[in-house]
Amino acid sequence: MSEAAYAPPSAEPAAHPIAEFRGVSKRFGEVLAADDLNLSIRTGEFLSFLGPSGCGKTTALRMLAGFESPTSGEVFLDGEVVNDLAPYRRPVNMVFQHYALFPHLTVAQNIGYGLRQRRPKPPRDEIARKVRAALEIVRLEGFENRRIWEMSGGQQQRVALARAIVNEPKLLLLDEPMAALDRKLRKEMQIELQNIQRRLGITFILVTHDQEEALSMSDRICIMRDGRIVQTGTPRELYDQPRNRYVAGFVGTSNFFDGVVERADAYRARVTLGCGIALEGRVLAPVAAGQAVSVSVRPEQIRLARTATGGETGWEVTILNRIFLGEHTEYLVKHDGLGEFMVLTPRQAELSDGPFNAGERLTASWEATSALVLDNDQAPQAN
Amino acid sequence: MRIYATFVYLFLYIPIGVIALFSFNAGRHASQFQGFSVQWYGKALANPFVMDALQTSLVVAFVSALCASVFGTMAAVALQGIRGPVRAAFDLLIYVAVMVPGIVIGIATLIGLVTIFGQLNPILAALWPGAAPPQLAMGYGSLIAAHTLFTMALVIIIIRARLAGMDRALTEASSDLYATPMGTFRQVTLPLIFPAILAGFLLSFTFSFDDFIIAFFVAGSETTLPIYVFSSIRRGVTPEINAIGTMVLAASLILLVTAQVLLRTGRRRG
Repeated sequence: MSEAAYAPPSAEPAAHPIAEFRGVSKRFGEVLAADDLNLSIRTGEFLSFLGPSGCGKTTALRMLAGFESPTSGEVFLDGEVVNDLAPYRRPVNMVFQHYALFPHLTVAQNIGYGLRQRRPKPPRDEIARKVRAALEIVRLEGFENRRIWEMSGGQQQRVALARAIVNEPKLLLLDEPMAALDRKLRKEMQIELQNIQRRLGITFILVTHDQEEALSMSDRICIMRDGRIVQTGTPRELYDQPRNRYVAGFVGTSNFFDGVVERADAYRARVTLGCGIALEGRVLAPVAAGQAVSVSVRPEQIRLARTATGGETGWEVTILNRIFLGEHTEYLVKHDGLGEFMVLTPRQAELSDGPFNAGERLTASWEATSALVLDNDQAPQAN
Repeated sequence: MRIYATFVYLFLYIPIGVIALFSFNAGRHASQFQGFSVQWYGKALANPFVMDALQTSLVVAFVSALCASVFGTMAAVALQGIRGPVRAAFDLLIYVAVMVPGIVIGIATLIGLVTIFGQLNPILAALWPGAAPPQLAMGYGSLIAAHTLFTMALVIIIIRARLAGMDRALTEASSDLYATPMGTFRQVTLPLIFPAILAGFLLSFTFSFDDFIIAFFVAGSETTLPIYVFSSIRRGVTPEINAIGTMVLAASLILLVTAQVLLRTGRRRG
């Protein structure tokens, strides 16, 4: 199956990609860390590689940085094949997971390190000026002569960022840069990173296992699994048109009803669940009769009502649990055949219908078009 | 258990303490204390044979420590880039070099060098254009070579430990920031392992300076301080020997403590 078959139009590569993977594979001994990667990275975009640890996202990043060279395929940087080009010859800079700041140098010396390697060497005052400008961008003015170990984790991260952007790289690679920060700081840093990226117009490539981070910051997300790219698209595309159950589970939350395709055409499919119930759903990627699939319904697309509404199939459910979230209320409900699933009800709906209580028996319903029939390629894995 | 430990330490340190104590003896016997005096220190330092031996020892220790530090650093950095069985083999050989008794190294070096010199000297004589061809013989060169070989293993082990504790990402970061491999070594690796190199130098210096066994075999006509002490003991122990021993002990302790301090600070910063 090729990705192009159902990639939305906006996922088409731009005329001049800044970087590109063409059939790139990387093997470490027995392990295939990257398996036939094909991806165009557009100039100026914020792209994230998202996936669990060991999915190959870091390997992909390290091939762009030059720390690994592909076993097969080609990595392009600015139109040229760079498979075996040494890292120090690439116009690419990286923010390392644990920052990798030089402990024997001051903050200013760390940031100016890349500039000092240029030949001919820029004059001292030019380096000092650029270092000051970079410190300003990351809001660390006046920290020039500090020692690295005198800085907090958040400050070190800013220094690492400044050390990379001061060189005005064509690509800025970020290897789980927020992993070591606490939640609050991480949120701040996410917003700041986005602002910096927009301001400088540098192409940012982020590696993360945090879906929230990827969704909030990226223009496009590349979802990886077992060394392969599963789907690439904007956060909205991935949310609305996931390619399979894995993507739907990774981007946002969803209810999955596993079953087998009874009959299908290009647009709709009828799925028989294990309990014998049949569900109708929309088809994004072609499925064939007999195929193992999941019917995915997002919690916010399910309606709860005291009386059944006409036109849609209603499911008799009992409320097991209710969590008030302000804007929304989250209900855990149970149906005798479908089992337990989540419903997210907006405040507005509750105002008209009144809050539902635990133990209450209601009707849950959704439109057949909001149920997606997705390939279930990951039999035992939980979402 | 505590009593047992106390006895062990007493057993180890009483002889040393006694030697230090008797170096301040006013009398000329090493067994009867006859009042406090520092005259033996003056005598030792005024003795031309002692000063000669001291000079030899210092030169040998300094040069061999320098060679060991340079070659040891090179070896340690190179080994860092090697994986698999080759590396395991090198690791094994390095530890073996440290554990082989000095007497084995001494005899092996002696036999090895004598054999090589025996082969080389006639060739050298045949090729030499002048009348008096140089003769390769035991002396400074063989002392320095033997001590370098022995202490280099120590330097490698110390620097390897330091390199292993160093974040690999640091050299990657340097490379990512456009530094060539040589630039990375000069600007990142070397400054970070420098305390370990210095500690290795000081340890090598101490080992070479204190070494008797290897030197005894390969010194040829040269006399190092330990060899001098050994040969004077045969003529009877005077407090002068005690004074020399105490001075050597003090110098060694200072160097060893300095080396330890260097290793600790290096580790904390890195």
